[in-house]
Amino acid sequence: MASEPLPYARPRPGTQPPVLYPDYASTQKRAPKRAPLRLEHTLSETTGPVFEDGWAGPDSTDLTRQHKGAPLGERMILAGRILDEDGRPLAGTLVELWQCNSAGRYHHPVDQHDAPLDPNFTGAGQAVTNAAGEYRFLTIKPGAYPWRNSPNAWRPAHIHLAVFGPAFVTRLNTQMYFPGDPLLAYDPIFQSTADAQARERLIAQYDPALSEPEWALGYRWDMVLRGRAATPLDPA
Amino acid sequence: MAEKLIPTPSQTVGPFFSLGLDRPEWNDLTCGHPQGERIVIAGRVLDGDGAPVPDAVVEIWQANAAGRYAHPEDPQTDKPLDPNFRGFGRVATDAEGRFHFTTIKPGPVPGRGNSLQAPHINVLLLSRGLLIHLHTRIYFDGEPANAADPLLSSIEDPAVRGTLLARREGSSQSGSPAHYRFDIVMQGDNETAFLDL
Repeated sequence: MASEPLPYARPRPGTQPPVLYPDYASTQKRAPKRAPLRLEHTLSETTGPVFEDGWAGPDSTDLTRQHKGAPLGERMILAGRILDEDGRPLAGTLVELWQCNSAGRYHHPVDQHDAPLDPNFTGAGQAVTNAAGEYRFLTIKPGAYPWRNSPNAWRPAHIHLAVFGPAFVTRLNTQMYFPGDPLLAYDPIFQSTADAQARERLIAQYDPALSEPEWALGYRWDMVLRGRAATPLDPA
Repeated sequence: MAEKLIPTPSQTVGPFFSLGLDRPEWNDLTCGHPQGERIVIAGRVLDGDGAPVPDAVVEIWQANAAGRYAHPEDPQTDKPLDPNFRGFGRVATDAEGRFHFTTIKPGPVPGRGNSLQAPHINVLLLSRGLLIHLHTRIYFDGEPANAADPLLSSIEDPAVRGTLLARREGSSQSGSPAHYRFDIVMQGDNETAFLDL
C-alpha cells in the first residue's frame, strides 16, 4: 500500500486572522461567505515549489545599495530564522520582502501619500534561507503612513514578508512590526488575530548583539510556519 | 512531545505587493518546453459586488503531465520527473481584475486511500482585503476523471462544484494552445468554492 502523505497541522483557534474582520474595511466585500470545504491533505497540499537551486534569481538582501546614493533613514538589519512548529529550521526556502521608505511612502504608482519618494530606495529584496534556516536583510526602518480605512488611521511601521516553506499549505504572507510601536493598539490588521501570543509573533525584538557599531540597528525576527500534524516516529 | 510553537499569523499583502511579488515571467510555466498539452487559463477575480479586483495575486501549483509533482516528497518514482517543468506560477490581476497563465495540463495524481484525483491545479489567492490567503482548485470541465475525484464528488450542489471547473473556450486552432476560462468570485451568489486546508 502506498504511504499516505503526512498532513500539516491545522491552525489552533484564534491564532490566525479570520477572513471577515469588519474593522479592516476591505475585508467586507472580499471575505467569502460560505464556509470553506475541508480537505484532508493529499500530495497536492504536502508538496510545493522548490527554490534551492536559484530559480527565483539571485538573493538581494542589501536594500541600501540598490541605487547610486544611500537611502535616507535609520539603517537596520533584519535577521532571523524560519522554523516549523516543531522548531525545525527550514532551509532553502524563498523569502520575499517589500516595504515603504523612511518617510512612509512606497515606491509604487498607487501610493499617493504626500510624503517624499526616496530616489535611492526601492524597498524590495529577496533571500533563500541557508542550511540553518536563517535569512538576513540590510534595509532602512520604514515609516508609518496614513490609510483610508477609517478617519485619521495610520499603519504602524511594518515590513512585508512572504515565505513558502516546504509545501503549498505552508505559505505565509505576513508583516513584521517594531517593538513598542504605539500604533499597534489601533491597527486592525495587527489586531485581527485574536490570540495575543500569536500576535506577539509579529513583533521583532531589538537585539543589541545583532546591531553593528556605528552602522545599523539589529532586529531579530523568526517566522514560524505550519508544521506536521503528527511527528513521525524515527526509524529504529 | 515538546510544546509546539505558534505559527506566525498571516497579514494582508496590502495594495503595494507588486514591489516584492511582481514576477512578470512567472505566468508562463511552459518556458522550458515541458512535456504535455499546452493550455492557457484566463479569468477574472471579482469581489462581493461583482467588481473586478485589481490588486490580487493568483499563485498556482500543479503536477506535470505524468501526474508527478517536482518535489522531493512525491513518492511516485514510477512516473517521470520533467526537468523542464517546475509546476509553480504566479500572476497579478490587471486593472480589470483579469489574469491569465500558460501551462500544461497536469496528469491525475493519487488521492488519499487508493483514490485518484482528477487533473487539477492548486490555487492560492492573495489580495488587499484578505488577511489570510484563500485556497481553491482548478479542474477541467468535461474531464472523465472528474466523476471519481474525491473533492468534486463530495460537493453535492452542482452550482458549487461548477465553480471549480475551468471551461474550454472557442475552438482551438492547430498549433495554438487550448483556452480555458476560470473566474474567482471572492464573495456572493456565484462564490467560488474555497478550501479549508
